[in-house]
Amino acid sequence: MTTVITVPRSLDDVTFEHVLDQVAPLPADAKLLIDARHCTFSSPYGFTALLTLAQTREVKPEFAPPIDENVISYWSRSNFLRYAEEFFTLNAAIPKPRAAGESDVLLEVTPIARNDDVHSVVERVKQRAQHILMSKLHLESRSVMGFAMTLSEACQNIVEHAGRGGWVAVQAYNMKKRIGRYGVVIAVCDGGVGFRRSLESGRGRPESDRWDDAIALETALLYGTSRYHDPGRGQGLKGIRGYVTRLKGKVSVRSGTARLSINIPAWDEDVPRKDGLAPFPGAQMQILIPEADRAV
Amino acid sequence: MSHIDVGGVLRQAVHQGYTDLVTRSTGMAVRHSIERELSALKDGTVTALDFTHVGMIDYSCADEVVAKLLLLVAGNEIPRGAYVVVRGLTEYHLEAIEAVLDHRGLALVVLVEDGGARLVGAVNEDERRAWHVVHTRGRTHARDVAAEAGLDEDAAENLLEALMRRRLLIRLSGEYAAVGTAAVS
Repeated sequence: MTTVITVPRSLDDVTFEHVLDQVAPLPADAKLLIDARHCTFSSPYGFTALLTLAQTREVKPEFAPPIDENVISYWSRSNFLRYAEEFFTLNAAIPKPRAAGESDVLLEVTPIARNDDVHSVVERVKQRAQHILMSKLHLESRSVMGFAMTLSEACQNIVEHAGRGGWVAVQAYNMKKRIGRYGVVIAVCDGGVGFRRSLESGRGRPESDRWDDAIALETALLYGTSRYHDPGRGQGLKGIRGYVTRLKGKVSVRSGTARLSINIPAWDEDVPRKDGLAPFPGAQMQILIPEADRAV
Repeated sequence: MSHIDVGGVLRQAVHQGYTDLVTRSTGMAVRHSIERELSALKDGTVTALDFTHVGMIDYSCADEVVAKLLLLVAGNEIPRGAYVVVRGLTEYHLEAIEAVLDHRGLALVVLVEDGGARLVGAVNEDERRAWHVVHTRGRTHARDVAAEAGLDEDAAENLLEALMRRRLLIRLSGEYAAVGTAAVS
């Protein structure tokens, strides 16, 4: 029997939880049909998390793509469908990507598995980001370089810790409904070992009776602890936090059954920590940088 | 002063097309190449790592290339008497490099375009002032540093010795000189 998993009309880091809530009660080898026919929008997080979901299933899920022509064309241009063909059984024909005009996609959905992938991603984003980040987000050139550093560190977490490949996507868009202004989102998702198991594999677990996914996230994100003995480790996440704080953005990391959000800005209604979420392997990070204040 | 083009090392050691110092494994490969170059030099050589041809550097790579190299130099794991300074830094490079130096309690001499030099990283105000006096005077004694920096002579001596152990100063014929400046190059 195939279970239909309904993708929300608007798919992002918040609404993806509805997808996971539907999947969680099912065994890993259950047959799934991921129904995105009525989905009209996906954030970079939605794209990368959907691919991660497919990666983590024992039986290749079916995927019903959006029926709206403009939506499917966008999903195709974002490269999501290119990889979806590999990790899902698609139950509809996929159009060839239409040429688009000026695009605010800074980085299409891109697999990250090796060191070279990180180099390539940074190089591509540096070339494309300057104009969009400065003209639409009104960031200074220093912040553009910081953006590339942040992206590099986020992607490296996959190579260094996940134990399997993951995905990255970056897009700038008008986030009027959510934050009331333009913003850029970096999404980095993997279905690997996750923070808790990564810390357990080294000496990253603090000596405490309390130990779960949320504490593992706090240990890594707030205290800079890593599974490595090297005291120089953990600086990448610290750097990401510093950058996001400076630009009044937000970073959220989900791993296992918990999600931690750091620097929740005034425009966001999120909570710093969520426990007891539907289990999902690996780690999923979203970094949101809003348009600078002075331009609002 | 010996000179190492870090951008050139990156392209030779890792990939011809790379201009950015990103990822730990890239940083490790670059550092190993630099270590080999330093090992071939005479004892006491001052080497400038030149970042002019490096696009950007992230925190992980800065830790691998700069911080770990300084730890090896300070621990005499590279030929005894090696000294390292950096040049060709942009503000973007500096952000990552300063962060990793602070994190590990390290400091470094940065040569700047006008021929001057400055200390970056984990140094306190007295250390910075003492180093600056030495750098400005060229070669000098502890008593001159004490007088100019407003320290007592023993305290100045202790500071200068500590800076010397951190390879930020060199002692030449009983006088102190800043690494990488005209007096020591």
